Amino acid sequence: MGLSAAAPLWGPPGLLLAIALHPALSVPPRRDYCVLGAGPAGLQMAYFLQRAGRDYEVFERAPRPGSFFTRYPRHRKLISINKRYTGKANAEFNLRHDWNSLLSHDRRLLFRHYSRAYFPDARDMVHYLGDFADTLGLRVQYNTTIAHVTLDKDRRAWNGHYFILTDQKGQVHQCSVLLVATGLSVPNQVDFPGSENVEGYESVSIDPEDFIGQNVLILGRGNSAFETAENILGVTNFIHMLSRSRVRLSWATHYVGDLRAINNGLLDTYQLKSLDGLLESDLRDLAILKDSKGKLHVTLKFFLEEASTNQSADAITLPQDDNDNFAMRVPYDRVIRCLGWNFDFSIFNKSLRLNSGNAFGKKYPLIRASYESKGSRGLFILGTASHSVDYRKSAGGFIHGFRYTVRAVHRLLEHRHHSVAWPATELPITQLTSSIVRRVNEASGLYQMFGVLADVILLKENAMAFEYLEEFPVQMLAQLETLTGRKARHGLFVINMEYGRNFSGPDKDVFFDDRSVGHTEDAWQSNFLHPVIYYYRYLPTEQEVRFRPAHWPLPRPTAIHHIVEDFLTDWTAPIGHILPLRRFLENCLDTDLRSFYAESCFLFALTRQKLPPFCQQGYLRMQGLVSTESLRQHRVENRLLRDDAPMGRDLEDSSQQPGNQELLGAPLAPGPLAQSLDSNKEEL
Amino acid sequence: MQLQVMMSSGFSVFRVGISFIIMCSFYMPTVGSLLELSPQKYFSTLQPGKASLAYFCQADSPRTSVFLEELNEAVRPLQDYGISVAKVNCVKEEISRYCGKEKDLMKAYLFKGNILLREFPTDTLFDVNAIVAHVLFALLFNEVKYITNLEDLQNIENALKGNANIIFSYVRAIGIPEHRAVMEAAFVYGTTYQFVLTTEIALLESIGSEDVEYAHLYFFHCKLVLDLTQQCRRTLMEQPLTTLNIHLFIKTMKAPLLTEVAEDPQQVSTVHLQLGLPLVFIVSQQATYEADRRTAEWVAWRLLGKAGVLLLLRDSLEVNIPQHANVVFKRAEKGVPVEFLVLHDVDLIISHVEHNTHIEEIQEDEDDDMEGPDIDVQDDEVAETVFRDRKRKLPLELTVELTEETFNATVMASDSIVLFYAGWQAVSMAFLQSYVDVAVKLKGTSTMLLTRINCADWSDVCTKQNVTEFPIVKMYKKGENPVSYAGMLGTKDLLKFIQLNRISYPVNITSIQEAEEYLSGELYKDLISYSSVSVLGLFSPTMTTAKEDFSEAGNYLKGYVITGIYSEEDVLLLSNKYAASLPALLLARHTEGKIESIPLANTRAEDIVQIVTDALLEMFPEITVENLPSYFRLQKPLLILFSDGSINPQYKKAILTLVKQKYLDSLTPCWLNLKKTPVGRQILRAYFDPLPPLPVLVLVNLHSGGQVFAFPSDQAIIEENLVLWLKKLEAGLENHITILPAQEWKPPLPAYDFLSMMDAATSQHSTRKIPKCMKETDVQENDKEQHEDKSAVRKEPIETLRIKHWNRSNWFKEAEKSFRHDKEL
Repeated sequence: MGLSAAAPLWGPPGLLLAIALHPALSVPPRRDYCVLGAGPAGLQMAYFLQRAGRDYEVFERAPRPGSFFTRYPRHRKLISINKRYTGKANAEFNLRHDWNSLLSHDRRLLFRHYSRAYFPDARDMVHYLGDFADTLGLRVQYNTTIAHVTLDKDRRAWNGHYFILTDQKGQVHQCSVLLVATGLSVPNQVDFPGSENVEGYESVSIDPEDFIGQNVLILGRGNSAFETAENILGVTNFIHMLSRSRVRLSWATHYVGDLRAINNGLLDTYQLKSLDGLLESDLRDLAILKDSKGKLHVTLKFFLEEASTNQSADAITLPQDDNDNFAMRVPYDRVIRCLGWNFDFSIFNKSLRLNSGNAFGKKYPLIRASYESKGSRGLFILGTASHSVDYRKSAGGFIHGFRYTVRAVHRLLEHRHHSVAWPATELPITQLTSSIVRRVNEASGLYQMFGVLADVILLKENAMAFEYLEEFPVQMLAQLETLTGRKARHGLFVINMEYGRNFSGPDKDVFFDDRSVGHTEDAWQSNFLHPVIYYYRYLPTEQEVRFRPAHWPLPRPTAIHHIVEDFLTDWTAPIGHILPLRRFLENCLDTDLRSFYAESCFLFALTRQKLPPFCQQGYLRMQGLVSTESLRQHRVENRLLRDDAPMGRDLEDSSQQPGNQELLGAPLAPGPLAQSLDSNKEEL
Repeated sequence: MQLQVMMSSGFSVFRVGISFIIMCSFYMPTVGSLLELSPQKYFSTLQPGKASLAYFCQADSPRTSVFLEELNEAVRPLQDYGISVAKVNCVKEEISRYCGKEKDLMKAYLFKGNILLREFPTDTLFDVNAIVAHVLFALLFNEVKYITNLEDLQNIENALKGNANIIFSYVRAIGIPEHRAVMEAAFVYGTTYQFVLTTEIALLESIGSEDVEYAHLYFFHCKLVLDLTQQCRRTLMEQPLTTLNIHLFIKTMKAPLLTEVAEDPQQVSTVHLQLGLPLVFIVSQQATYEADRRTAEWVAWRLLGKAGVLLLLRDSLEVNIPQHANVVFKRAEKGVPVEFLVLHDVDLIISHVEHNTHIEEIQEDEDDDMEGPDIDVQDDEVAETVFRDRKRKLPLELTVELTEETFNATVMASDSIVLFYAGWQAVSMAFLQSYVDVAVKLKGTSTMLLTRINCADWSDVCTKQNVTEFPIVKMYKKGENPVSYAGMLGTKDLLKFIQLNRISYPVNITSIQEAEEYLSGELYKDLISYSSVSVLGLFSPTMTTAKEDFSEAGNYLKGYVITGIYSEEDVLLLSNKYAASLPALLLARHTEGKIESIPLANTRAEDIVQIVTDALLEMFPEITVENLPSYFRLQKPLLILFSDGSINPQYKKAILTLVKQKYLDSLTPCWLNLKKTPVGRQILRAYFDPLPPLPVLVLVNLHSGGQVFAFPSDQAIIEENLVLWLKKLEAGLENHITILPAQEWKPPLPAYDFLSMMDAATSQHSTRKIPKCMKETDVQENDKEQHEDKSAVRKEPIETLRIKHWNRSNWFKEAEKSFRHDKEL
């Protein structure tokens, strides 16, 4: 195929014609799945498609994967943590603290093998992504810039149309499903008078030498702005930073996209009055003037409009003319724009109806919670560009978040096009508590993509068994049956991770006294990330999901349980975590989920008509749990089990609520049994 | 629920109850604090007819401030009885005669109007209970007669016969909480009943009380007594002396002794039910009405204060009640169906009632002492025992701990047993102990490597091995697929599984001699203690499919039963010897030394498995915790002989004879050795009350109806009697002794209702509705613990919302607790 484009250059004219016509006449190469971009998200999707044995192709404009990281971040330090040690062996758990690795079965492809730095160098990421693609043998077509994407209606196509991709050489590719993982590649520019005097983050010098003794104004307040400032903080006269809204510290908002502590050195020098400073203003009202000496002055667009045309810069009114203590009255040597990035909409034909979101989501294409474009079926947005789903909430715009959302999209596609139902484990109800405890303690997808991906437990008839589905995009809960191929007829649990309702925010004090909750009965007031379990008797409808109460990630459930936050994020305490969870599950299902030794099951089997699930599913199937002598001793000592000495005293009341008094330590009160036994003998 | 009902009745009748509610909901800080006045000011506030307690003091000293704290506590309860409390500061300018001269001589004085009733040295008012008790005692001088000898008591008794009833109580000392409770009751009921109080143990003993170290309260039924020579009937209150208990007790005394009803017992409700007491209906017919009524009255006297007794007139009843029933028992709990009983003895009625309310009393005691059934208390026996045993060190080094790195290499290199477990899961950790026991038993003798892997650490390895639940045991043998262990999670069965897996399945037997050794148990001498049956499949060499099926079955049964296969040319020698036509199974029962043959014709593998499993069942087994499930599966009623120790061979013979005569085909006959299976004693207790002498033969219809029938203990366990009994049973002529409860297994306790807590937090309105007394107790605590107003304010809704929704009457209990709290201070 590659030859057909190259051959015409030196082939005979007749052949040239024939070959040139060939792609137009015959069917262009068709793929089930086309992935745009071989960045982390594109490669991640390629991995899942490859493992599932699907027909796919990745198109990458650069000669190697991860081209974004060859240039960005400009100062080369990634702020995604590379935590190599956690003290735990559990690989899934460790992914909670590994923000750079992609998901794969290959242990060698963990980022910790690529960098020893806690905040790694961007080159390591390039190296890693290259290895990821090569080691796994992912099908990537490099040096292929897709210049145009359009739709071709065809009733036979999976989605009623094919996506037609045209690359820079005019080569056409036909795709049934298009997965766009191109990231945000267009620098965000704000148009104001004098913006031509502003240097962009993407091209400004990163050599501190170039800033010696300069007055610098940085526009923007994100990590790139602070990263830029951090680099030159020591050599400039001062740095001023200007943006529309107040600084959002990521440790206050619990959003990793906000300003991270590693970049915030300037906050320190500002607050300690060391000449640097932060200012808030809408950039669109500003103008920047260059005076005769090449210095840059900040003024208002309004003054500029007032002044008649072609006045020299020095003559235009400056704010300090009226207001002599105006903050930005000093002239600047440099103004640097660090305003973030936008999605590149330009290659998509209008017929795809790929639009940008509204309000703060402008830089992202508009998509559903299933990551499918609202405009065309079969077009999915992956990776950083899919962050509109959880912008400023969760981690979907970052590797450690979108590696899971990509997997979710892949699972949706597997069901939609290949009839592979969403993977699920079916277990007996006695395993319900354990399966939840297991997941909340190790699952990394739930932990990173809190509020976005949640585990779903679908109950079977009579609640004797259940199916466990991992990491479902929870905003699509109402469509769960059609999206997963699983049935939710008998009620369901949703396991979500949440911060406290009023805990996070740019203006919140996250260090207040009593910020952490320790009592199980106060668990619902937990502030730090903790598991929350929702119980629904019926699958919520789309209406219920859409019109859910404010600040609720999910519609109002029948019942809710919070597992109390834990300093160590280890939710395995028998009394503090597991017991209240069991009680919650028991009360939702109206059953008894306790575990019993075989001896107790034996007793129940002969003294009751019904058995608790644990005895039914274990003991009666000849898999009862036999107590060892030392455990039995504890039962006797603590009156969990009545000592069956022949003259034991009696408390038995067979018609009481099952199980309660046999096991709960009802103190052995002096009973009348010994007496009545005697009297009975007399009668006989 | 019950408690809530009690509350509402408390509203209407019980003044103490009312004031206590007022305390909770309308209490305002200004009302409850101790007034501090000068002597002049104090005397000007005294109102005619109103009682007032005043403490005259000079200056604060550490000693007086302790008393003042108690006095402060007493302000609220005394206010509820209309008694004001004040602290009068003796200042130099105003000399009052009540002001003592020295600090030590400070006293409290009780005035009615401006008349001095009593003076109290402060050491008699040692705490809030003493203050309330003493003050009421002084005010109720006429209502509560204090006596010291039996003569006084008899005089009062005689004086009141035919007129009024007496409430007589003994407390160990004046001023203790029980005394306060009696005085509070006297405040309410003092005009209706004559209260008599003593602190003399001798007096209590002389009226025949036991356990004299505790407070006692009797109700003397003197009003009914017309003949002066007759003694008043006495009813002892059995609950601890608390204000609430006395109130409830008096209420039951007031209720009619016996009521006649002619309606559905399910619908009948009396004050007893509201008070949490059961109802006993004595079923009466017109013919026996008089006698029934006498019986009912007799029962009613016996059960006074414990249950309500009613006479149910069967003839005018519209609903049907079972023909044989003569007593109907209705529990106080809502929604529990009434029980129809056949009780031929009054004592049985009494014991039934006492037996069935016993538990509840104990639970109430617990409520009083602690938090009640606390949902934070572990009620899972496995979790609890594992937790309690957590510090014991297991010899874990006898098992190899695997990791992701070592797993594959280990299970490839040697035959291994792997335990997949999760370190945080109680069931896993309980089983780990048995697993280690197995390792101890096998130490140095087995070629099988015992390993374990903690799936909490190596989650991926477990998932790859298809392990999604815990605990799981798998056996990895070279060249074979891993096999999951499916037996009991205990030392014995796992050991058996491992031992029996030392041989291949089925064993290929190659000579007649070997086959005979195999059948005699010689071949696998050391294994037959684990498998009491050896199975040998006999096939002619050409029966390939039959052999395959058998091999499949043998493989399925591996680790549970020894199976072998013989298909040499001379197989006919064996089949002829054991009278089997090929293909066939030979079953060698080693304990009995018997060999039987079962023909196999086109029998599929799963059927062979079934045949072998069935063959493992005994005709008259000793039932144990381990083997019950195999017999339970048969879905037949169990005929169990409970024996204290080994079974008497005669009984065994009798039953085996019946088995052979096919009398017991519809039953599963078995026996239970109480020495070996001590839990059997609890089973007997569920069937019998009182326990009959052993041995006892019982028929339990486990799978349909749950009736339990007992073979009459006065008959000998011999064939004829048994046959007769079984025939009567079949004909429906025998009455069951009990029916096993058919309740579903519901949640043992409620969960936290976070949803309501969240709702309450969002609507400020509803937080205000929370009874105030709860806030106050918490605020008190806060005051002690922390002084920052801000945090206390912020904390308040949190604290108030700590409502445990396990009981709808919870707030009442909380209130009760704070009530008690007050008293205890």
